[in-house]
Amino acid sequence: MKTILILGAGTAGTAMAHKMRRRLSSDWEVAVVDPSTTHIYQPGLLFLPFGDETEARIVRERGATLGKGITWHKTEVKAIDTERRVVEVAEGNPLAYDFLIIASGTEVRPDMIEGMLDGGWRKSVFDFYTLEGAKALQGALARYEGGRLVINVVEMPIKCPVAPLEFTFLADAYLTKRGIRDKTELVYATPLDAAFTKPLASQTLGYLLEDKGVQVETELMTGEVDSEKNVIRSYDEREVPYDLLVTIPPHTGVGFLEDSPLGDELGFVPTDPHTLAVKGVDNVFCIGDATDLPSSKAGSVAHFQVDLLSENILRAIDGKELEPTFDGHSNCFVETGHGKAMLIDFNYETEPLPGQFPIPGLGPLPLLKEARRNHWAKLAFRWVYWNALLPARPIPISPTMSLAGKQLSAAAEAGGS
Amino acid sequence: MSVAVQTDAEGYLSNKDDWSEELANELAKDLGVELGDAHWQVLNAARAIESESGSSPGLRKISKRSETPIKAIYKLFPDGPAKLIAKIAGIPKPKSCL
Repeated sequence: MKTILILGAGTAGTAMAHKMRRRLSSDWEVAVVDPSTTHIYQPGLLFLPFGDETEARIVRERGATLGKGITWHKTEVKAIDTERRVVEVAEGNPLAYDFLIIASGTEVRPDMIEGMLDGGWRKSVFDFYTLEGAKALQGALARYEGGRLVINVVEMPIKCPVAPLEFTFLADAYLTKRGIRDKTELVYATPLDAAFTKPLASQTLGYLLEDKGVQVETELMTGEVDSEKNVIRSYDEREVPYDLLVTIPPHTGVGFLEDSPLGDELGFVPTDPHTLAVKGVDNVFCIGDATDLPSSKAGSVAHFQVDLLSENILRAIDGKELEPTFDGHSNCFVETGHGKAMLIDFNYETEPLPGQFPIPGLGPLPLLKEARRNHWAKLAFRWVYWNALLPARPIPISPTMSLAGKQLSAAAEAGGS
Repeated sequence: MSVAVQTDAEGYLSNKDDWSEELANELAKDLGVELGDAHWQVLNAARAIESESGSSPGLRKISKRSETPIKAIYKLFPDGPAKLIAKIAGIPKPKSCL
């Protein structure tokens, strides 16, 4: 019996396990290692704070998300020994592998910022990238009566890089609905030099911030959260006061990678951008949020990587060369509030462009443009996630990006790439 | 600038291959920074990470690789280190997907 061992049963790991189970004979064991007993549909965490999503709809027992023929080791990974091709775990014997796929995702690390976990944590300082944080924030928003609401991205890279902006737009709509928008200063604070960092996006989407009256604090490198004075203090000693702080803390790879030669300074895994092989070792691959790749840390990316990596693993099993197929493709809905959303589709080389998706000239989904259809598609995606993406059933979107239906001249006209 | 080289509208190097240590010194001077060993330790770390991972790193990663505390990086590049480092190291500006 040969073994494909997958570390992590999140979006990437679960879909990968199903994909390999379908493609391989019973001579192969497909196994996942994950200590957590629940699976969270993470896009739902964006809506939960506003009461537009429920815990019941976005959380499932992990056992129910793993199909027949997949072994689940319910334990924590301690270390990877690529020489002996074994993974040491907290409980039980070391697990041997023929192919190893690291899909352990990323962790949100409020502990990395001085003062963030002090007295104000989950009283006036909240995250929404965790279920506990999103639930606590729901309560805080319901009690909120106005003041300064600050959304702060502490450091890139983060999961779903547009989610903090989406949160800002949804907060504007939520506060308007509650009749307290005029009592609220809405502030978006980013370490980057703008909320929209690409010329085309900045030109075509800048109106969103203006229309919604969002103040943008740029190049803010958060060094400290002072929850006695309710201010964020940056390394260049700027102070951003808040009444309610929604923070997106720094992200790192998981613990066993942070201390391992397989992880970089932040515990992300140096990975070949096109084959998804982990650099410098044999028979080890990495997908999803755990890589150090410049592609977005997003579910769609994980899905496309699963499609392409499964082909490469079959090639490797047949003794063939890996093919450099992954192009950084990402496809994300961006909520803009009041029942509208945008769709963006891009890869390593091509920034999000206007156009139609998936069928050129027909759509039905417009790219880089607000539409109600995009919002409904985003909501419908939860069903697709549980019923097609996780079990790795076919989804009719190409894993590599297509230029068809995109207005190529738009980026050049805006002065971008 | 005393060295002829193409930059984009925001002052980032258009072509990575144009970069040299000499050019970096010139670029730095124009941005009001006199490069010493401590600056180079930071710049070399940023360049190495960018070449390995394909994206311009955030300050925490640069800080760890160069073994230079973030506070010290602000002293070396006082007027917005993320931008200054990218411009002088000849790597793209740190950005998001939009």
